[in-house]
Amino acid sequence: MNLLNKELVVLGIESTAHTYGVGIATSSGRIIVNVNSVYVPTKGGIHPREAAEHHSKVSAETLKRALDLSGLDIRNDIDGIAVALGPGMGPCLRVGCSVARALACYLDKPLIPVNHAVAHIEIARLTTSSKDPLIVYVSGGNTVIMAYSEGRYRVFGETLDIALGNCIDVFAREVGLGHPGVPAVEQMATRGKKFIQLPYTVKGQDVSFSGLLTMALRLAKEGRYKLEDLCYSLIETAYNMVVEVAERALAHTRKRELILTGGVARSRVLQEKLKKVCEIHDARFAVVPDEYAGDNGAMIAYTGALALKHRITIPLEKSFIRQRWRVEEVDVPWLRK
Amino acid sequence: MAEEVVGIGAEAVLIKTELYGFTVIKKVRVPKPYRNPEFDRMIRYTRTVTEAKIMIEAKTLGIPCPSIIEVDPYEGLIIMDYIDGARLSDILSKLTPKSRNEIFYTIGKYVGKLHKHGIIHGDLTTSNMLLCKNRIYLIDFGLSYYSYQLEDRGVDMHLFLRALESTHYNLSAPLFDKVIKGYSEIMGKDEAEKIIKKIKEIRSRGRYVKERRKTKSYLCYEE
Repeated sequence: MNLLNKELVVLGIESTAHTYGVGIATSSGRIIVNVNSVYVPTKGGIHPREAAEHHSKVSAETLKRALDLSGLDIRNDIDGIAVALGPGMGPCLRVGCSVARALACYLDKPLIPVNHAVAHIEIARLTTSSKDPLIVYVSGGNTVIMAYSEGRYRVFGETLDIALGNCIDVFAREVGLGHPGVPAVEQMATRGKKFIQLPYTVKGQDVSFSGLLTMALRLAKEGRYKLEDLCYSLIETAYNMVVEVAERALAHTRKRELILTGGVARSRVLQEKLKKVCEIHDARFAVVPDEYAGDNGAMIAYTGALALKHRITIPLEKSFIRQRWRVEEVDVPWLRK
Repeated sequence: MAEEVVGIGAEAVLIKTELYGFTVIKKVRVPKPYRNPEFDRMIRYTRTVTEAKIMIEAKTLGIPCPSIIEVDPYEGLIIMDYIDGARLSDILSKLTPKSRNEIFYTIGKYVGKLHKHGIIHGDLTTSNMLLCKNRIYLIDFGLSYYSYQLEDRGVDMHLFLRALESTHYNLSAPLFDKVIKGYSEIMGKDEAEKIIKKIKEIRSRGRYVKERRKTKSYLCYEE
């Protein structure tokens, strides 16, 4: 089969963290369906086992809904099954991976390994029509500044401890602003007037949020400051760290485009800051649409379709989950010039 | 001579102009429109003062870097002499392997000297190194600070390695070996070994590092 000339249709499964998603997309970038079910903890953060239980409960129904909506016949119309093998939480990954293996085996379709971070990049590149951007990937589990170089996405800077979304979510939860934390804290922050100095940690190109979170929580418990001022100062400090590193990366790599992706890409405050940076450096700013910002099945399907086009598949017996799969380990031949 | 903007960095604008008959660079830390004004003033003031102080010190250690002529921390302004050189990142691939090796050995020595005297550069990338008449100049001490801690030295070197990997991936491993050689020359074998260990440890703290403690080289991921 000559893969390079044919439009391939791939079904993708996402289950790295709180979202169980099934998407169907084509190698030319047509998203046919995107059905997702998000696990929301009743209290505390994501418990991997409970999230995994949620995923197994909804997996059949999500798959069925995706297929029904698409109107496609899984046996005849789908060229491959893609799955996010990592990085992510072990118990969650195992659910999606088991379903994908079963489908691939039963239907005799190729199984395509997809890296979750690469998928966030590809869906953003697709939806913003950007070619070779600087990538700012911010979510509950990741904070990475990346750019393509010599066959792979290379990390320019990242968090040394917790992720940006994690930092804000935990703060929101602890002070009673609930979940999801980022919009709640941003809403509160609009009423903040006073800037409180908090730990600002940029180590070279890397950032660190743990000290910032600890300090913000301590001040919140002491009750000396108004919550809206603390919220304002927290997001101002946290976002400025990411933006400073992004600006340095932009100056260093001289990329002409910057794209924002991942769950926290929905933040209007962060979008606004990065937009201003791009204006200074004469770069185009683009952000992934809200529906593809958080984890979703469509991004796995689309990235899987790109991979299948380049004959990237994995034998069932080698399709282990990869909890710590770094983006630098993944070849992206579709970007080679 | 007219003022000419020669660079817009991440933090500052570099303007080439003339002062007392010298060609000079005015480095202005411009206010960032995306930051809270109070936060912005604070960060520009401290970074300007520290940068100027540390550059003067680096000069006394025999490290080629621009000379400071004037400083106005409230305006975020430093005036320094102009180095007519090329950014190492721009010309690296055009250099012969031999001169590349020599350059990175020298850089290792410079970093060693800084660290030995309690200075952390804080932004060691090949864009912050200029080649001028066969001498390597270190520039942009904007993120520099004082520390004798192994942790801070490790982070400084780790950043350099990471910057090499992200811009000159194929050359990074052998060139970084040369850096370590030069560093070892100044700091001694023991310190050099400690720093290598530290770099690996810092690497292993990164997210999703495979087999956290089993890495053999600086590279934590498989090819």
